[in-house]
Amino acid sequence: MNHLLALPIVLPAFTAALLLVLSRAPVVMARALSAAATLGLFAAALAVLAQAKSGTPLVYQVGNWPAPFGVVLVVDRLSAFMLLLTALLALAVLLYAVQGWDARGQYFHPLFLFQLMGLNGAFLAGDLFNLFVFFEILLIASYCLALQGLLVERLRATLHYAAINIAASSVFLIAVSLLYGVTGTLNMAHLAERMAQVGTEDVPLARTAGLLLLGVFSIKAALFPLYFWLPAVYSNAPAPVAALFSIMTKVGVYAIIRVTTLIYGVDAGVVMELTSLWLLPLALVTLALATLGALGAGRLATLTAYLTIASVGMILSAVAIGGVAAFSAGLYYLAHSTIVIALLFLVGDLIGRSRGDMTDQIHPGPQIPRKATLGLAFLFAGATVAGVPPLSGFIGKVMVMQSAKDAIAIVPVWTVIVVTSVLMLVGCARAGTIVLWHVTDPLPAGPAHAPRPGEWIALGALAAGSLLLVLFAAPITRYTDETAAQLLSPASYVDAVLGPQRDGLVRPHTTGGLR
Amino acid sequence: MELMIAIGLGIVTACGLYLVLRARTFPVVLGLSLVSYAVNVFILAAGRLASGAPPIITPGAAGYADPIPQALVLTAIVISFGMTGFILALAVRIWHQTGSDHVDGGEPATVSGPAGKP
Repeated sequence: MNHLLALPIVLPAFTAALLLVLSRAPVVMARALSAAATLGLFAAALAVLAQAKSGTPLVYQVGNWPAPFGVVLVVDRLSAFMLLLTALLALAVLLYAVQGWDARGQYFHPLFLFQLMGLNGAFLAGDLFNLFVFFEILLIASYCLALQGLLVERLRATLHYAAINIAASSVFLIAVSLLYGVTGTLNMAHLAERMAQVGTEDVPLARTAGLLLLGVFSIKAALFPLYFWLPAVYSNAPAPVAALFSIMTKVGVYAIIRVTTLIYGVDAGVVMELTSLWLLPLALVTLALATLGALGAGRLATLTAYLTIASVGMILSAVAIGGVAAFSAGLYYLAHSTIVIALLFLVGDLIGRSRGDMTDQIHPGPQIPRKATLGLAFLFAGATVAGVPPLSGFIGKVMVMQSAKDAIAIVPVWTVIVVTSVLMLVGCARAGTIVLWHVTDPLPAGPAHAPRPGEWIALGALAAGSLLLVLFAAPITRYTDETAAQLLSPASYVDAVLGPQRDGLVRPHTTGGLR
Repeated sequence: MELMIAIGLGIVTACGLYLVLRARTFPVVLGLSLVSYAVNVFILAAGRLASGAPPIITPGAAGYADPIPQALVLTAIVISFGMTGFILALAVRIWHQTGSDHVDGGEPATVSGPAGKP
């Protein structure tokens, strides 16, 4: 059996546990272990990607129990893509955090690794219940990370964040047990197969479960009208944590893609395309409202938080349009937005730290040192988010617009994307002009911390990531095209998990609804 | 039995939701716990309700109870216990730090209720 697939979960879990035991050890040791584990994750993600590229989903049966009876980890092209993206982001964030920030919050490194474990687990989980469990792992790690420093604003934002997510978890469990009640399985491949055989009297239950799942994942992804928790949490979280959180909303997006293509996909019979009515309008409204939020933001971190929501709106618009081209565009945009939003959070932090007591408020303030370099970094990040050619945002947005060419909803999609892109540019330009050019005092009042070399390298790595997405757009879009094609033919996933012959499987209970 | 369980779950969930929407942290935590209790019983009910039936193969058994929801509910209980503990600690911390148990981390700035009551 291919034990490599368990590595993205096992490696951070064990390293984090070790770091908890060694919590009194010098911080250098924690940094070294954490860096080694993250590098290991990167190598594992590359190896997994190389194997998953062939097109056959890889399956790891935990304890060698055959599916659907045991727990399976499944890696298809989408999972491998998300694993690699997470590992790349984690490397840059860790490099930024070890420049001294990590010593301020206790247990930063174990929490960081538990967060990575939860993220990787969510991408690998082959059944809905394990998806739930890994969601909880990444959530509890994210609560603690968002709290680092224990400022009152952080406590307040985290309380709201924790409360809404605990409520969402209850809804997730209701949806999961409804699906179990209807189909008698929770393995996603098995569910995909059973969904086509759901009896007429159970169809409403199956549809309810699907829409409940969509609601839960929309909370994680921050889709309108369920995104109101996000700006407070992301803008108050410490910068490296906020940068890491740029992948958190994408987990919700990943779950929506996985469930809508696999369980409620093309082979699902009467319950197929469950979300088509809802997703596109909600995604476009999310994009529009988040852009307005970005225009009105009072802090650079709030601006970035709203741009995070806007990116989710953009990706889910592509997902809602459907088809290979649109999915491919959505995945490209997912990679682009994760990297660039992390970059924007970090740049905003560096600018805020240089301004003393003014922090990152979008308000005229003191002259900052290294205005040119920080200003250029902000200009680059803002222009990329807004989609100025030839940067990665431009390519992503054009891909989404092209994929909508034959859709019925072409007029609203194109209008919203073009208008919001212009408004995003206005929002970023406004913030940059006020913060960098409206100088009222020559020197900052209060302590100002100069950026360290390692922080510049982290920024440079993220910017390079965005540029590489442009330079290697052809091979990357070829990969996302193949990923989209694989997502839209779920039969290969089902065959890989359950095996080609599967007539002898027993149903745990006879047909019939919840009696 | 199904009807009784369904009505009971409905009442507990409704009470939980009402408490979750309160403005003080302690009722919110209680509400989240009530909702998770209801969800746990709902998971069990999803595996069909059977009394006195064995969950594993037993010679001469007339019927079986589904063991999977029982396993799922154990995990769900542990997770909701941990989460409740966390949010309770968080609420206490906010109370210590701000002197208020309001969910927004401080008393509302303007109080204008009927007859001048908050």
